[in-house]
Amino acid sequence: MKPFDQFGRDVSRSRREFLRDAAGVTFGSTLLRSPLARAAVVSKNRKVVVITFGGGARDQETFAPEGQGNVPNMMRGLIPRATFFTQVVNHGILGHYVATASLATGAYETINNFAGLPPENPTVFEYYRKELKRPSSDTWVVAPSNGFNHIGESSHRSFGPGLGARVILPKHLLTAAMGSGPADYQHLLRDNYETPYYTPELSGGEVELEQLENLLKLSVADFKTHARTLSSPDELSVYIAKQLMRQVAPSLLWITMHDIDIAHAGTYSLYVEGIRRTDQLCAEVWKTIETEPEYSGKTTLLILPDFGRDSDEDAGGNGFQHHRTGDPLSRTTWLIAMGPGIREGVVYDRPVDSLDLVPTIGSMMGFSASLSKGRPITEIV
Amino acid sequence: MLPRELKPEQFSSYPREAKALAVENLAVLRELPLSFIPSLLHEVIEFDYKFPAERNALEREMAGLAHVSSAQRSELMQGFSAIRVSAKLEQFDWVNFPGQFVEQLSAHLWTTHQLDTFRLAATAYADRMRAAVPVKAPPVPRLGITVIGAGVESYGEPLFRKLRPHGAYFSNIAPENGLDILLTAVADRAKVHDSPYAHWYIDGGESAAHSPSLTTISYAALEPVRAALLRKMHAEIAKPGMGPEALRTTMAQLRPVDLGLGAPGNDVLDRFQVKLLTEGSGTQIFSTSFTQWAAREALRRAEPTTLLVRFAPRQRQKPMNELLSPDAGRAELDVVGSLIDADMGAYYNWLNQQRLPGAETAALLAWFEGHTSAVVIGPTVPRGTVSNKSTDMKQLLSWIV
Repeated sequence: MKPFDQFGRDVSRSRREFLRDAAGVTFGSTLLRSPLARAAVVSKNRKVVVITFGGGARDQETFAPEGQGNVPNMMRGLIPRATFFTQVVNHGILGHYVATASLATGAYETINNFAGLPPENPTVFEYYRKELKRPSSDTWVVAPSNGFNHIGESSHRSFGPGLGARVILPKHLLTAAMGSGPADYQHLLRDNYETPYYTPELSGGEVELEQLENLLKLSVADFKTHARTLSSPDELSVYIAKQLMRQVAPSLLWITMHDIDIAHAGTYSLYVEGIRRTDQLCAEVWKTIETEPEYSGKTTLLILPDFGRDSDEDAGGNGFQHHRTGDPLSRTTWLIAMGPGIREGVVYDRPVDSLDLVPTIGSMMGFSASLSKGRPITEIV
Repeated sequence: MLPRELKPEQFSSYPREAKALAVENLAVLRELPLSFIPSLLHEVIEFDYKFPAERNALEREMAGLAHVSSAQRSELMQGFSAIRVSAKLEQFDWVNFPGQFVEQLSAHLWTTHQLDTFRLAATAYADRMRAAVPVKAPPVPRLGITVIGAGVESYGEPLFRKLRPHGAYFSNIAPENGLDILLTAVADRAKVHDSPYAHWYIDGGESAAHSPSLTTISYAALEPVRAALLRKMHAEIAKPGMGPEALRTTMAQLRPVDLGLGAPGNDVLDRFQVKLLTEGSGTQIFSTSFTQWAAREALRRAEPTTLLVRFAPRQRQKPMNELLSPDAGRAELDVVGSLIDADMGAYYNWLNQQRLPGAETAALLAWFEGHTSAVVIGPTVPRGTVSNKSTDMKQLLSWIV
């Protein structure tokens, strides 16, 4: 077995070579530090949108040569305009809720992945709101409903209740809107591929049905009509996120995707289909950022998977199906950062820790993530 | 309880042969660290229901551990001894419930950031044991056959992309009677090299006519078992307080008789089939997932010398609760999606076959059923080659068998 560091370097090298050929990008390590790179100064008006490329995706289905056909929008549309980090390592627990919670707190959470508990460390939303005295309407999370309803607010005694993000669970919203006529919408309610029967009771700050009209300016009838045109839960999430951006325009918006996790069912075709759909949805969010006046020209978009999936070579796993071995491929992912002040078409292959996300957002928006264990990613702040 | 406190009577609930194996090796077991021993007992407790290859492997592992000095054993276990185990885990009844202990240990390793240390220890141990206790090559070079794409009329994308670099791709083979020819070839090998659980036929749909000398599993034949399992899952999940861990534990405890199996003399295969459905992910609902997992587990556990795997169309994706419903009715099929699943499954069959002894002499044939394309891999087949030459299934087989 290769030492982890060596494996990481190999992974990084293969991605870097590919990206240089395909997108004509430049290595960050070859650039001199430019004053322009520091132009992304903290701004009161600055907004940040985070997308977790949900469910875990591997190199060979995304940025490796054989996977490039699955992510055409990111390859051709986003990466040439972004700074790309080839090696983002998650040293924590590889379960989707706990890993997403770790991304949101900047500390490796150890909460039970299936217990529906809040993170133990303060979230990025709490840091932002407490330090900058922002209202709850300025931070939102759009998330799949399998236990993510607590992702916006920690149980930390110095932060916690009243300081978190507002959480919207589109599937929960749709379930409420459907009433007794669910037949046309069941395909949008797919959930919990790893533990299909686990559906925790929902409670907390999720949007109630009446807020559909007041907040998102959507009638139940319009919502249901549009939902009928969608084909997956993540499409529903992005539809809600775009509506939220138009009507509420939060400064810090976190969108968690999950379609890709169908891989747990062992069907390669559905896994790849999930990647292709997520790629398209990321491009849609960027397009919205560029076209919505509240976001255009002042928004940073950060896209990263929560983690990868097991490699084909590890006999302890079953390839793409799970993320249980903890092997280097399942821990190593990537990060796309784009927006004003961020270099375009640049690739960095130095290792970045998943925990670095929160302090990086803190540096961008002007707050301190004091209890986070990560460090700001200097190349993009 | 710690391993050094083990007593013979603590294995009283083990099946007969498992108990004998444990008691016979008690002195060795007492010296093993707590982070390691339940994994071993998890294998021991199933000893009576294991395939010959895995019984042999377990006996060799036990013998390997017994034939070294205490100091050497301690050195062999060094990596595992460094793992910190919680007091709660120490108190768990890991002798009688080693599988549940392993699950809890896994969660403990993740939360205490010891998983990488454990992985290194496990890899080092496996390497050392492999070197100390050499495995025997199969009596005849292994042959794997994977048939994909049943029901697909045409498909425009290239197939076998992951397999092609390892062998020769043929684009002009006569498809007539292809499956019959392959099944006959497998039956012939079973006749010549007769041995229990050495020659397998796994079908993701209804099995075709085949020799009774083959160990056979078919997804269609397991339909009543799947339905019984789904009914039990529904009943369990309706109970208050039922979560994923409790459900997994309940499913792991199901026996063949609980699901309508359990004919006398079929214990080993029945338990294997039940485990495919209760421990596999997606195997209860998608035939392609079942077929790939069945092949993987057959290779890992039974180490067959011949394995023919035929994928069949799976049902189309629907909401998970609907897929898992025992009253779901007749399903719409996704033939193209199933072909893509199976194409990857064929590659995984090759990878899993390559993990077995005798990998350097092993051969594989993968065929797009009813069509003209196939790939063959073997020690004498030039890698990464393509042939448009007109040929047939018998000739393909003759180049690798």
